[in-house]
Amino acid sequence: MRRYALRFVALGYLAAILIAPLGVVFYRTFQDGFASAWEALSTTETIHAFKLTLIITAIAVPLNTVFGIICAIAIVRRRFPGKGLLNAFIDLPLALSPVVVGLSLFLLYGRTGWFGGFFERHDIQVLFALPAMVIATIFVSLPFVAREVVPTLREVGDEQEQAARTLGASGWQTFRRITLPSIRWAVIYGVILTTARCLGEYGAVAVISGRIQGQTETATLRVEERYDSFDLAGAYAIAIVLALIAIAVLLLMTLVKPREGTT
Amino acid sequence: MLPIAALVWASRSDGTQAFWGSVTSPQAVAALKLTVGAAFIVAVLNAVLGTITAWVLVRDDFRGKSVINSIIDLPFALPTIVAGLTLLALYGPKSPIGIDIAFTRTAILAALMFVTLPFVVRTVQPVLTEIDKEMEEAAKSLGASELTTFRRVIFPNILPGILSGFALAFAKAVGEIGSLVIISGNLPYKTEVSSVFILGQIESGNPAGAAAVAVVLLVISFAILLGVGAIRHFTTRHDRA
Amino acid sequence: MSIHVRNVSKSFGDFSALEGVSVDVAGGSLTALLGPSGSGKSTLLRIIAGLETPDLGEIIIAGEDATGVRVQDRNVGFVFQHYAAFKHMTVRDNIAFGLKVRKRPKAEIREKVDELLKLVQLEAFGHRYPAQLSGGQRQRMALARALAPNPEVLLLDEPFGALDARVRAELRDWLRRLHEEVHVTTIFVTHDQAEAMDVASQIVVMNHGRVEQIGDPTQLYDEPASEFVMQFVGEANRLGDRWVRPHELDLSPDPAPGALEAQIERVTRYGFDARIELVTADGSELLVQVTRDRLEELELVAGQIVGVVALNERTFAGR
Repeated sequence: MRRYALRFVALGYLAAILIAPLGVVFYRTFQDGFASAWEALSTTETIHAFKLTLIITAIAVPLNTVFGIICAIAIVRRRFPGKGLLNAFIDLPLALSPVVVGLSLFLLYGRTGWFGGFFERHDIQVLFALPAMVIATIFVSLPFVAREVVPTLREVGDEQEQAARTLGASGWQTFRRITLPSIRWAVIYGVILTTARCLGEYGAVAVISGRIQGQTETATLRVEERYDSFDLAGAYAIAIVLALIAIAVLLLMTLVKPREGTT
Repeated sequence: MLPIAALVWASRSDGTQAFWGSVTSPQAVAALKLTVGAAFIVAVLNAVLGTITAWVLVRDDFRGKSVINSIIDLPFALPTIVAGLTLLALYGPKSPIGIDIAFTRTAILAALMFVTLPFVVRTVQPVLTEIDKEMEEAAKSLGASELTTFRRVIFPNILPGILSGFALAFAKAVGEIGSLVIISGNLPYKTEVSSVFILGQIESGNPAGAAAVAVVLLVISFAILLGVGAIRHFTTRHDRA
Repeated sequence: MSIHVRNVSKSFGDFSALEGVSVDVAGGSLTALLGPSGSGKSTLLRIIAGLETPDLGEIIIAGEDATGVRVQDRNVGFVFQHYAAFKHMTVRDNIAFGLKVRKRPKAEIREKVDELLKLVQLEAFGHRYPAQLSGGQRQRMALARALAPNPEVLLLDEPFGALDARVRAELRDWLRRLHEEVHVTTIFVTHDQAEAMDVASQIVVMNHGRVEQIGDPTQLYDEPASEFVMQFVGEANRLGDRWVRPHELDLSPDPAPGALEAQIERVTRYGFDARIELVTADGSELLVQVTRDRLEELELVAGQIVGVVALNERTFAGR
């Protein structure tokens, strides 16, 4: 039966690449019991790393959500010079290596960079500090909201918005009462993806954070640091927490996805 | 856009010769070759396996299909460094199944397969769902065999999806770092990819050298974006006709 | 409220949608914009609504220049071809929308919505969502929604285009009665001449971005101003460069010498009259309409060769 052969190939592939490795990590983490995993998680540095990750995410996600919605509306509803360019560049962070993003920011805000001198004179620490890490995270997670909202906005069309205007609604009223409700699931889906990307960012942050323990070390950087210090149990414990968050994200995505377009 | 400009500017700050020197240094060339080669192999494998997976998810029916369908997105949700660590747990020195591929090029392929898995599946799946069942039935009623129907009717329709999935997977694989730092071992000339090479150059205080290689990755990214844009343009024209 | 369209032109890229169009609509009237697709009728309606801006010319609503006034401020009710229902709102919320954005008191909104639900016979459906309504119900909801803010002008873009024939006929009657009740100046766009003739008191016939003729249904049928109107409104036969309506032809079983002869292809009879399709010697087709009494009197059968006599005919200046 060809059908079973295809099913076997597809599922075998997923099992080997996705499911089995994750299972092993769960097993390894908890084989010495919850206590040791908990101990590994409750060190000051690790707690700080998680806090830092959350702070960065809490700043980047709202900014990218607003930016993403504005961009999507501009791309779908407005005509302006350079629109094609915006449309192409919005995807750039998806195609670009995060290390390259990190390096670009490093060169821009570094001591010899274009903005570096300005910030140094005003005694503002950008590089190897929170500001650069936030900017890097915003950059790499930029397109997700816009990418989800653009197709939905296209599909919904602008007739409902025109109808609202003929009924006397102002631009803002139309956006809040008509446009936003019709794209809300796409926005939520985009926010979930953005959040996942922010929490998991490694490459760009690795370049510009300086990885100072207890200061600029995020959760993902902490995983590597623990691994490099031969503390496998510690690395696994942090990885498990991140994986659990990822699974929660996955569950949210599954809950949100079927509602897309059916509102 | 400004950061990108700064990057290009910095790569050229020591002159064109220094730029070429950095790009063509043996270690940089080895890293680039490995990166592009591995990314290409992975993108091809994903194009095939991803299409099969999408097909199974759309046309087949079995218990737990919706769970599998959700799990496809795991690589999008999981931090890549965690992905590297999980692969190491199963296929590393302490492998419970006795397969140890840690610090080899095979490990790089495995990690890249993991992080790029959703791309082709997620670009092909919606097209496959939307393909008119009637179109297939029409082909069969005209005497086409199953294989001919697939080759002449279904495949041309999902090809743009496969190609853009392929391109996105390739781009992601070229730029990947998080899942590789742990599992690849980062041995120069052997398992060091360009992203890791750039990171190493920055940390050893050679940002200009890093920038030179980064510009090459940047050019690849731009080329891919243009390619995806062209595919999108072509398919929408197809739809309008 | 009267509407005056003065010399309006509009192009999209190099496509000229309207060229120097002028139309006067009396307050309280029911007017149809009739024309084939691409004739510019929808564009004209959207310009009157303020959804498009004219390149040249002006729109005067109730004596005031409305050309530069934004849609939001024009106080027009617009019914879209595909309803443009707010999918995430119930029928009640859809109808209340125009009042809510005007920040009217809640009690007033409730009262007005109840009144409109009754008017469009959707009292039982107030809490449903648009997806749970049939096409005709959705259209009636869209109408109620447009009427809620008491517009000065009601504009409908192909209001029955997406409905099946029976619902369409029902809604046509219903729109006419509604107009008698509400008496708001109403303009609707249609490509169906029967619909325009049936509903409107004034018809604006459009073609290629220009107005061909404005008049009531009888005028358009009896005194068409151009070949286009002759053909587009009602049925017409062409005899060389002369035109004649099907009921203005008579047949004789024994053709007089020199008279036009034609062979009967098909006879169909239903209702009051009978339709006879004929082919002349040079291959052109003719349609003749006679009463059934006349048909029986003539004893016509398919295949027979008869003489054709024109009782009335028109010529139009070459265009």
